[in-house]
Amino acid sequence: MTDNSKIVQLPLDATIARTLRAGDWVRLQGALLGARDAVHRRLFEAIQQERELPVALMGETIYNVGPCPGRGEKACGSAGPTTSGRMDRYTPALLEKGLLGMIGKGKRSEAVVTAIKDRGAVYFAALGGAGAIYGTRINSIEVVAYPELGPEALFRMEVVDFPAIVAIDSRGCDLYEAGPASFRRDL
Amino acid sequence: MAIRSIAASQIENAVYQAALEANTRLPADIMHALEQAETAESSENGRKVLRLLLENARLAAEQVLPICQDTGVAIVFADVGQEVHLVDGEWESAINRGIAAAYRDGSFRCSMVADPLQRANTGDNTPALIHWQLVPGSRVTITVMPKGFGSENMSRVVMLVPSDGIAGIRSVIIETVKSAGPNACPPLIVGVGIGGTQDHAALLAKKALLRPIGVAHPGAQTALLEQQWLGEINDLGIGPGGFGGNTTALALHIETYATHIAGLPVAVQLGCHALRRSTIIVS
Repeated sequence: MTDNSKIVQLPLDATIARTLRAGDWVRLQGALLGARDAVHRRLFEAIQQERELPVALMGETIYNVGPCPGRGEKACGSAGPTTSGRMDRYTPALLEKGLLGMIGKGKRSEAVVTAIKDRGAVYFAALGGAGAIYGTRINSIEVVAYPELGPEALFRMEVVDFPAIVAIDSRGCDLYEAGPASFRRDL
Repeated sequence: MAIRSIAASQIENAVYQAALEANTRLPADIMHALEQAETAESSENGRKVLRLLLENARLAAEQVLPICQDTGVAIVFADVGQEVHLVDGEWESAINRGIAAAYRDGSFRCSMVADPLQRANTGDNTPALIHWQLVPGSRVTITVMPKGFGSENMSRVVMLVPSDGIAGIRSVIIETVKSAGPNACPPLIVGVGIGGTQDHAALLAKKALLRPIGVAHPGAQTALLEQQWLGEINDLGIGPGGFGGNTTALALHIETYATHIAGLPVAVQLGCHALRRSTIIVS
């Protein structure tokens, strides 16, 4: 693994979140929530209908993941990121409710980038396809809401030494734009 | 020529083995291509990503874990020898039972919903998506390709017209990869299907992903296009994980078929770097 990764505790400290820069490699440690499409829709609808959420989002980090079940004593199986862009529609509302960190992969919409800037939040990219590695970095996982959704439920997870890279920082700088720009050879 | 009887349980077992293998062991040609890419990649982030992917593949093989948590839709290619007669069961049920058992025993994620509108999980990753082909002989060749939807969602079919020509085809391919960006988990394997009908072009593009990396199209002109367009895709600079670099695709394979005088269907099927496939022959 990389030596110059910053160790970042979760839940995120808001001040530390603002110091992170697009392109920083990090190793995340601590508590986060696991949620993907169906949960995002339900949380969004609850917010719109002014109903109580199953968890308070203030200061939380959501990892967009649908993990494989664990075998034997393992907390869970392979657990890499899913494509976060599918959650873009719901994300600004969650950020407004205090969500501070997001872990996923892939591009985000302009509305999400704007909301990240407005709220001083951070979007980390985990490495798509490195599911086996990520599975070994999850110490515990439990369903906190919507168990009927199976692998798409809302999870509470504890992670250790979880490698990621800051993809969009609180200034709105986007590694998915800046990175390829330096390598693009115009056709 | 004798009719060859094959028991449904043999088909079920072949599918079972192939599904377990495909999800946990990255094919040798993909591993090799990733290793070569790591050596050639000029971006530091790109090299870090490729090293992580190789470490992940080794960990998955050693501990028999899914390479990626998206153990995907179970695509099954069944090449059935025309002399084969199935006994003690039905073809589709045998295949689906094999998939369900593999996904249960492998602790793979069950990612299928029965109805695209209602979206209730089927609980066992069936139904498989089966592509049948009749071939000469008395064997059955089963290939299981677990296909995740990060890459599948970025794939495309465009009905070009003949006057769009090679330039038009090139444009569809480059634009598809460009708009996918990081979302299909580059480095990609790009399958292209040209000709047939709308659905057949898509199937050709998917079958193009079955070809081992390093094997060119047998036609010289098409092989040249494969190389040229692979280079142009890598010039996009998207890189491993989409963080920038010169390895955006490991290979580009083109498959063609006869088509209508008024048509030029083009399909682009993206495979991610965890392109998983395993073949078992029942004979």
